[in-house]
Amino acid sequence: MVKLSSFLKKYKLHIIWGPFFKLIEAVFELIIPIYMANVIDIGIANRDKEYIVKMGALIVLFAIGGLTAAVGCQYLAAKASQGVGVDLRKAVFERVNCLSYRQIDTLGTSSLITRITNDVNNLQNAIAMTIRLAIRAPFLLIGSVIMSVMIDARMSIIFLIAVVVISLVLFLLITKASPMFTRRQTKLDKISLLARENLDGSRVIRAFSKQKNEINRFENAGGNLLDIDVAIAKILAFLNPLTYIVVDFSIIAILWIGAFQINSGLLLQGKILALINYMMQILMVLFIVAMLVMLFTRASAASKRIFEILNIEPDILDGDTKVITKNETVNKVEFQNVSFTYEHGEDDVLKDISITIKKNETLGIIGGTGSGKSTFINLLSRFYDVCKGKILIDGIDVKDYKVSDLREKIGIVPQKAILFSGTVEENLKMGRKDITKEDIERALKISQSYDFVSKLNGGLNFKIERDGKNLSGGQKQRLTIARALVGNPEILILDDSSSALDANTDANLRKELGKISGITVIIISQKFSSIRFADKILVLDDGKIAGLGTHEELLENCNLYKEIYNSQVG
Amino acid sequence: MNWKILKRLFVYVKPLKIEFIINVVSGIIGTIFAAMIPVIVGNAIDLAIGQGNVDFNGIFRNTIILFLLAILCSVFQWMYSFYGASFSYKLSNNIRDEMFKRINYMPLSYMDTKPHGDIVSRMINDLDAVSEGVMQFNQVFSGIIMVVGTIVFMMLISVKVSLMVIILTPLFILVSYFIVSKSYIAFRSQAKLQGDLTGYTEEMISQQKIVSAFKYEKCAIQKFGTINEKLYKSGVDSQFYSSLTNPSIRFVSVLIYALVGVYGAMIVLGEQTLTIGQVSSLLIYVNQYTRPFIEITSVVTQLQSATAALQRVFNVLDENVEEPDKDNPVKLNDCKGNVSIENLYFSYTKDTSLIEDFNLEVKSGQKIAIVGPTGCGKTTIINLLMRFYEPTKGQIKIDGIPIRDMTREDLRNLYGMVLQDTWLYSGTVRDNIAYGCESASDEKIIEAAKAANADNFIRKLEHGYNTILLENGVNISQGQKQLLCIARVMMKDPKILILDEATSNIDTRTEQKVQEAFDKLMKGRTSFVVAHRLSTIRNADIILVMNNGNIIEKGSHDKLIQQDGFYSKMYYSQFEMKNI
Repeated sequence: MVKLSSFLKKYKLHIIWGPFFKLIEAVFELIIPIYMANVIDIGIANRDKEYIVKMGALIVLFAIGGLTAAVGCQYLAAKASQGVGVDLRKAVFERVNCLSYRQIDTLGTSSLITRITNDVNNLQNAIAMTIRLAIRAPFLLIGSVIMSVMIDARMSIIFLIAVVVISLVLFLLITKASPMFTRRQTKLDKISLLARENLDGSRVIRAFSKQKNEINRFENAGGNLLDIDVAIAKILAFLNPLTYIVVDFSIIAILWIGAFQINSGLLLQGKILALINYMMQILMVLFIVAMLVMLFTRASAASKRIFEILNIEPDILDGDTKVITKNETVNKVEFQNVSFTYEHGEDDVLKDISITIKKNETLGIIGGTGSGKSTFINLLSRFYDVCKGKILIDGIDVKDYKVSDLREKIGIVPQKAILFSGTVEENLKMGRKDITKEDIERALKISQSYDFVSKLNGGLNFKIERDGKNLSGGQKQRLTIARALVGNPEILILDDSSSALDANTDANLRKELGKISGITVIIISQKFSSIRFADKILVLDDGKIAGLGTHEELLENCNLYKEIYNSQVG
Repeated sequence: MNWKILKRLFVYVKPLKIEFIINVVSGIIGTIFAAMIPVIVGNAIDLAIGQGNVDFNGIFRNTIILFLLAILCSVFQWMYSFYGASFSYKLSNNIRDEMFKRINYMPLSYMDTKPHGDIVSRMINDLDAVSEGVMQFNQVFSGIIMVVGTIVFMMLISVKVSLMVIILTPLFILVSYFIVSKSYIAFRSQAKLQGDLTGYTEEMISQQKIVSAFKYEKCAIQKFGTINEKLYKSGVDSQFYSSLTNPSIRFVSVLIYALVGVYGAMIVLGEQTLTIGQVSSLLIYVNQYTRPFIEITSVVTQLQSATAALQRVFNVLDENVEEPDKDNPVKLNDCKGNVSIENLYFSYTKDTSLIEDFNLEVKSGQKIAIVGPTGCGKTTIINLLMRFYEPTKGQIKIDGIPIRDMTREDLRNLYGMVLQDTWLYSGTVRDNIAYGCESASDEKIIEAAKAANADNFIRKLEHGYNTILLENGVNISQGQKQLLCIARVMMKDPKILILDEATSNIDTRTEQKVQEAFDKLMKGRTSFVVAHRLSTIRNADIILVMNNGNIIEKGSHDKLIQQDGFYSKMYYSQFEMKNI
């Protein structure tokens, strides 16, 4: 179980010394009003100018001491909080990189990103604030009360009452306002939904001339948000006046009771000033406490979300490599009664699938959305683990491979042509160190990208922007094919990935792919034309095998395939 | 600070005059009352000189005044915070509404080229920062009043002491300036690195499948680590410098506090123009003199980011809206559906021309298929017909009337459009079908749904026609969405159709239903179809073949096959693919 404390350990000294420095500052701060009271009660009363100057100088010295201590603390707080933040971000990012798809699916990408960025920032802030304030605030609070007791025990009752009343006011306002903040968030989400919807649907909205309606809808949602904002403002506007009024009333009480004390000779004038000073200090401290409370609620939620991730055990683990003994078999890939269900899915996405693909063979998979085509390859690459049955590659269960060895065998060209920001070469290599210039050249030629890459400014060093924005769809697609081929995979998977290619390029690509020896190819498509010449075609329907055979055989005996064919040929 | 932007913001303040004035006035009055309190406290202290020497009547009078002041002060403070907050919320709400309104009348090229997430973030996050900034500015404003008020009251007590305070004040400003400039630089580099880190994280996590398929994890972690380390350095700087605000200003304030105390005490002893109570008042003033400086210092960096946010908001508001409709628009009452395109030129950007001198005559009821490889610009024609974009030269006429002479609303009412991107809004199924005509009866809605083959599946939904579709209709399948879009057009019963056939993402059975519905829809209507299906293409009256944004061939199927050009190659490639 990973906990925040294990991250804090590294900064133990910062965390101990930081608050200690702050404590020193607070002590100085607490002493100062007493010395000022002395200036008045002793210095002026005795007409001792030298004493007054001495006291003044002492106060300045205290201030310098306080500042030095405070700067030390702020520095330690900055170091420790940012350090913990960096370590946490790194740990979360590393952990996310070992999670399986299933785990990432359940957590959600955007939530993962906010955890690494916003949540860590919140926690980081809270740590800095804790070092800086968490000791100082209560110390000043208690210190002020104790000081007041020392000056005049009876008057300190005023302090106690004031502290209780102000805390109560703060507590009430915070508890009243905080659920409204949650409601505000939902209203804000609604506005963002409407805005996004409007931008995405601008064509349809204009085609139906519905702009006015949309504007009305948006203004209503804006009005709802405004209502709640104003309601929150109404409550929070009480914060300052209520606390100040308590302080002012306490000052009245100090003056009034103080007058009696002075009259009976129990108190000196200067002490009244000191008491008022402490009163103001308490007010400041309570404001800080209120801020800390809000900060902590946010930070504890953030920390819960961060450590949830750090405590997830990756569920796709390396197999026991010792089990592997080289197995000579002609069957490259074998599915044995494989069934699969997604985490929250009710129905099986694949049901009892059995199929063998021989070395050098090309398998085409066809079927509609949700028929299980993509799941088929996700299981093969062990992005997910099967629920029932077994998948063998070269006669060995995929679960027995080291995950990285398994994926080395497979080259995937995904449906969406995704490239990363970086050079062409970086995109092709993807951090694989053992790739030679020849490998790259060969892959570029097969994927029909050699010509256009050499024409790019800088060739292989051409900088691709994020999401490959500075390349055309077809270029991106060809580079993703090259990327898959660069590692000389034994199995190549084309996941519906020739859609952005024109017919000529597509045909040339197929020709070149056909020349590679010893490669097993799996092509997924919704169009029969992309797979009709495969050695074997698997027709999937709703997770079940609806047909298996060559194009001609399927036209004979598979109704679904015939339907697809007819609808596409017309 | 960019004053031009603030001046522009003032335009939006005008309609909120009342809130603004109440805010300012109550701020001034409240602060003056608050500033008076220490004087009264000092007076009261002066009336309690020592044992047996206390003027209880005088103290009573002073405490009553104090009591009244405290209450008045609170009332005005409440008004000040409340009107300040509601003023800033209303301000940003009004700007947001205007942004939304404006966006709805901008040319579509804006929506097509700008990332939607960015626009939404300007409407939400940036405007939040603006209202936050306005509130902070309010604080600066009350801080300044506090400083001025305090000095005035100190002057009333002792000109000498206040002059000393005024002379020492630049120390505050110096310290603030030092901290703000140091932390501003650190904040900026931190914000940039934070952005880089978020960008990189987003890229890697959202493409986790590729990352793991190519075993890129180690590299990704390394790259992440490098940015993370840099972020640490600037993070420590910004955290450290910004946290110096409180202690250093506190230090300066204690310095002044000590000097005022000593100097005041000397005056009490020497010239005797000050009483002990007055020195106490001065000391309380010095204490409250500090707070505004702390606030102003910590707020300045935030104000800088608020003006940056405001600038981003104004950038949206500065975008041009569409050219307004003609003054005397022609309304086509009984549309036949004859479309003619005459000498049309068009391009999205000035330097590359796409369509040049294009002519087309479509008679009522004809079917036009637009074909070509993916990304060849098939939607351009739709954009021009619907006036989503304006041609650079030439014109389009419907029944002989140039479409520029009609209002956009009237023109678009002539069409029914079904796009591949099946947009539905978050509302009920019924409302989505009745999108063009809210007043439609239930019977008509069901009739349209039946005609679109959608009735069956709608009835199977848990709440039938009252089912609420989630954001962009995610709780029904792609094909079902398409059926609803068709039903929506059925309701409208237009003379001209614009259809974008679905290529993928629809399962075979639904696809047949969609096809059927399309066929029913097209009967007797002029239709422009972005076609992917051979059946549609072959029986079209005219086929437009597009490549790289240009219309390269035009004619019937047989004619184009005979031409043996791009079209025939494309057509036969479906059957010609060699074994791989």
